[in-house]
Amino acid sequence: MGVASLPTVDDAVALGLTAEEYALVCEKQGGPPNQVELAMYSLLWSEHCAYKHSKKLLRTLPTEGPHVVMGPGENAGAVDVGGGLACAFKVESHNHPSAVEPFQGAATGVGGILRDIFAIGARPIAVLDSLRFGEPEGQAGTRSRYLLDGAVSGIAHYGNSIGVPTVGGEVYFEAPYEHNCLVNAMALGLADRNALVRSAAAGPGNVLVLFGASTGRDGIGGASVLASAELGEADTGAGGDSDKRPTVQVGDPFEGKKLLECSLELLARGLLVSLQDLGAAGLTSSAAEMASKGGVGIEIDVERVPLREADMEPFEVMVSESQERMLCVVEPGKLERVLALCEKWEVEGAAIGAVTDTGLVRVTAAGEPVGEMPVRALVDDCPLYDLHPQKPARPIYPAPLPAPALAAQATPAQTLLALLSSPNIASRRPLFEQYDAIVQSRTVRRPEQADAAVLALPGGGALAVSIDGNGRRVAADPYRGAIESVLECAANLACAGAEPLGTTNNLNFGNPEKPHIAWQLTEAVRGLGEACRALQAPIVGGNVSLYNEGATGPIYPTPVIGMVGLLPDARRAGRLGFARAGEEIALVGPFAPSLVASELAKLRGEALPDGLPETDLEAVRQAQAAVREAVRSGALSSAHDVAEGGLAVALAECCLAGGLGAEVAVEADSAAEQSLFGEGPGGFLVSGEGGALAALGAPVRRLGTIGGDSLRIRVGEEPLIVASLTELARAHASLGELFS
Amino acid sequence: MKFGVLQFPGSCDEVDALQAARRVGEAELIWHGERDLGGADAIVVPGGFSYGDYLRAGAIARFAPAMESVIEFAREGGPVLGICNGFQVLCEARLLPGALLPNRNLRFTFRQVQLEVLSSGTFTRGCALGERLSIPAKHAWGRYYADDRTLAMMNESGQIVLRYAPGENFNGSLHDIAGVCNEAGNVFGLMPHPEHAVDQLIGGSTDGLKIFNSIKMTVEA
Repeated sequence: MGVASLPTVDDAVALGLTAEEYALVCEKQGGPPNQVELAMYSLLWSEHCAYKHSKKLLRTLPTEGPHVVMGPGENAGAVDVGGGLACAFKVESHNHPSAVEPFQGAATGVGGILRDIFAIGARPIAVLDSLRFGEPEGQAGTRSRYLLDGAVSGIAHYGNSIGVPTVGGEVYFEAPYEHNCLVNAMALGLADRNALVRSAAAGPGNVLVLFGASTGRDGIGGASVLASAELGEADTGAGGDSDKRPTVQVGDPFEGKKLLECSLELLARGLLVSLQDLGAAGLTSSAAEMASKGGVGIEIDVERVPLREADMEPFEVMVSESQERMLCVVEPGKLERVLALCEKWEVEGAAIGAVTDTGLVRVTAAGEPVGEMPVRALVDDCPLYDLHPQKPARPIYPAPLPAPALAAQATPAQTLLALLSSPNIASRRPLFEQYDAIVQSRTVRRPEQADAAVLALPGGGALAVSIDGNGRRVAADPYRGAIESVLECAANLACAGAEPLGTTNNLNFGNPEKPHIAWQLTEAVRGLGEACRALQAPIVGGNVSLYNEGATGPIYPTPVIGMVGLLPDARRAGRLGFARAGEEIALVGPFAPSLVASELAKLRGEALPDGLPETDLEAVRQAQAAVREAVRSGALSSAHDVAEGGLAVALAECCLAGGLGAEVAVEADSAAEQSLFGEGPGGFLVSGEGGALAALGAPVRRLGTIGGDSLRIRVGEEPLIVASLTELARAHASLGELFS
Repeated sequence: MKFGVLQFPGSCDEVDALQAARRVGEAELIWHGERDLGGADAIVVPGGFSYGDYLRAGAIARFAPAMESVIEFAREGGPVLGICNGFQVLCEARLLPGALLPNRNLRFTFRQVQLEVLSSGTFTRGCALGERLSIPAKHAWGRYYADDRTLAMMNESGQIVLRYAPGENFNGSLHDIAGVCNEAGNVFGLMPHPEHAVDQLIGGSTDGLKIFNSIKMTVEA
C-alpha cells in the first residue's frame, strides 16, 4: 500500500474517531495509519470497546466480595456457589442491531452472551432477557409490536435451538423507547470452580486457532457504526430499507451449539492455553484483548482465515463480526488434537497466527505485512473522557398520553382492571410461552411461579436469578431509581428464598456527551454502587450501551440489573401464588406507597416528577432478610414483592397464580388510592399460617384471608374492590391480543 | 435393562432423556456417526434440533449412520421411543405413519399439557387406559397429520396411544393426537417430553416416568 493511498482524517471521522483521536493514533503509530490499522483503531477506540465515557465511573462500583471468583474484565464474571462449583453470568445489550432488525439482532444478542459464558469454561444453563419498546397499542404501536414480536422470536429461535432454557425476563413499554428499543440478554453458566479459564494469551510460539463459522462481510463496523452512535430516523423508519442493515450480523444457533460443545470439550481435555469469543469488532478486538491481558504480541495472517466470500480485504477480515467464532491459544504439540476435535464437532478450525513477544499486533496477508500496531496503543491508550454532568433545568421527557383504558372517574375496581391489563403489568405468558424454560432439567420455578427463576444445583441447593429495571422511575430520579432497581432484583431473590451472591448490570443510556445524560449516568451509577454495597452483592461484570437516542430524544435512563443468589434447599424455593384457602395474608416490610411515578400516574398521563421518595436501604435490606429466612424455613406458603401497580395488583397476581381468591382489609392511614395502587420498595405480600406470619422478624401487617373465587378489598370498613378471578384473569391476559 | 439415547450435534434434550432413563435402568449416549448401538435393549431418539432442522424437522437426521442401525433395530422388533424431534425423525424415517406440521399458531410453544392414554402397549403398560398424564410440551412443529385412511387404520389397530385432553391441543394436531405407535407396537413417538416429567421438584409431575417404566417392563417381561 503506497503512502498516497493512506486514509485521511476525514476517513477516520467517518469511522467514528474524532480528529484529536486520529492525531493521537498517528502519534502512537509514528505516522498516519494505513487502512487496516485505522479500521482496527476505530473499533477498539469506539465507546463500545473502550468504554471511554464510562470507564472512570465504572471504577467506582463495588467488585469484590467473599463469593467473587472472577470479577469484571473477563468474558463474564463468576461467583462461588458451593460444592466446588462457580456460576458465571453476565448481561449484555444488543439494542441498535435489534432496532434495525429485531429477529437477528435479538438472536445474535443471545448467541453473543452465551459465547461469553462458555468462553470462560462454563456450560450455559439459563438465559434471561430484558426488553423495552415503545407503546404497543393501536395504529401508533404497529412498529413496537413488530419489534417485540421479532425480538421475542429471535431470542426463542437461538435459545431454544441451542438447548439453553430461557427462564425469566422482563419487558416494559414506554414512548421514549419507540425509536430506540432495548434488547438486553443475560446468561448463566456452571463450571468447576477451578476449571474457569481466562482469556489472556500466553507463551510466545504458541499457535492462534480460529474455530467455528467462516468469516464473511456481515457485521462490518457494528461496534463503531451501530453501537457507538445515535440512531437516525432512517434507521428505524417503518420503511425499513436501512443503510445500516448490513452491519447487523446473522445468527446460526446450530453452529453455535456445535461451537459450544466443541469449546467445552477442548477445555475439558486440557488442550487450550486460553479462549476468547469473537464479538463486537471480531478478530480485532479478540486478538488485541488476548494479547493485552497476557502482555504479549500476536501475529495473524488473514490469508489463513477461512472465508465465506472470496476476495475480502484484509481490513474486512479483521473487523468482520460474523457470528459463532472463537479464538484460542494452543501449544504447538496439541494443535493436531485441537483440529481433530473441531472435525468431530464439524466445526472449521484453522491456525491463523501465533503468540509473539513483540508487544505488537501484526497483521499479514500471505506473509506480507499489512498492519502493525502496539498492543498497548490499541487497547490501553484510547483517551478516557470526563463527563460533564448537569441536572437538566427543565423536564426532558414529555408526559405520557393518558391511557384510554382508564376512565376519568374510574372506580377502584375499574382502576385495578385497567392496571392489570396495561402492557407493563399484564401477564407475560404470550411471550415466555415461546421459550423453552425447562431443557437441561434444572428449572425448579418456571416463569410466573415465583418472583425469581430457580435452578437446581447438584448438591440439593439452588440458584435464583432475576433481571430488573424501571427506566421511568430512574428517569424521575436517577440515583434513587437505580437503588430501587437493585432492591427490586434482590426482593425477587428474597421471595424465592435466595441471598444475593453477585450482580451484573447493563447501563442503557443516551449520549453521554450531553450534560443531562451525563448527569443521569453519574447519578444512576452512584445509586447502583451504593445499593450493591449495602446488599453485599458486588458487580462481577456487565456492559454499557450509550448513545441510545432516536429522532425524538433519549431513551429513559435504563440500568438493567441481573442478580444471582443461592438458596440452600431447592425443595423450599418460594412461590408467588396463594397456596391454601384459610391461610392468612400479610404485608411485610417498610413499605411506604406513593403514587409518584407509579403505573397509575402513567396511565393518567401525569408528567414525571422531579425526584422519588427517599428509601431506607437498611430497613429494606432487613425486610428482605426476614422474608428470605421465612421462605427458607418453610414458614411461608407464598411470597411476592409489591411492585408496579402497588398492593392491589400484587394481591391480584397472587390470587391468579394460585387460582384462589382473597378477602383483605387495607388500613386507611393514607388516601385509599395510595394504599391500593401506590408503589415503592420494601413491601412483601406473604401468606401462611397465622402463627408463622406473626413470627417474622420484620414489621408485619395482617391483611386478611385466602379463599373464595374473587378478590375482595376493604379499605378501613369500606368495601372498595370486588373482582372475580375470571375478571382478573381476563384483564391480565391482555397482551395476548397484541400477538393475535 | 439398557437404554441407548441418540445424540446428534443439535440434540438438546439428550442428557435429560439419559437422566430420565437412568432412573429406571442403565443408559448410554450413542453418537450420531456410530453404527454400533452398544447392546441397548431400547432406543430413545431425543428432542432438539438434530442437524439444525433448517430444512424440515428431522429430514436430515433420518440419514445418520446411527439411524440406519435404529431402523434395523426397529424392524427386528426392538423398542424405539421418539420424543419431539425424535418423533419427527421417526416419521421422516417412515418408522411411524404421518407427519408433524408447523403449529397452528406458527410459534414455538411451551406448555404443561394433560394427555389421555388411549391404548395399552409397550410404552403405556404402566398406565391405566384413560389415565391422565401431566407432561410438558415444547415445539414449533408438532401438529400431527395423517390422511383419513391412515388415521382410520391407526384407530382400528390401537396405534393412537396418547391424545391431548380436551382444551389442551395447542398445536392443532388432527384428532388431538399427541403420540402414535407403529402397527407392530414397538416404535412410539410423542411430541410432549416425558423425560421432563420425572422429578417432583422439577416440574411437579412424575408422570413421564411411567413411559420409561413401561419400556422396562416390556423389555424385562
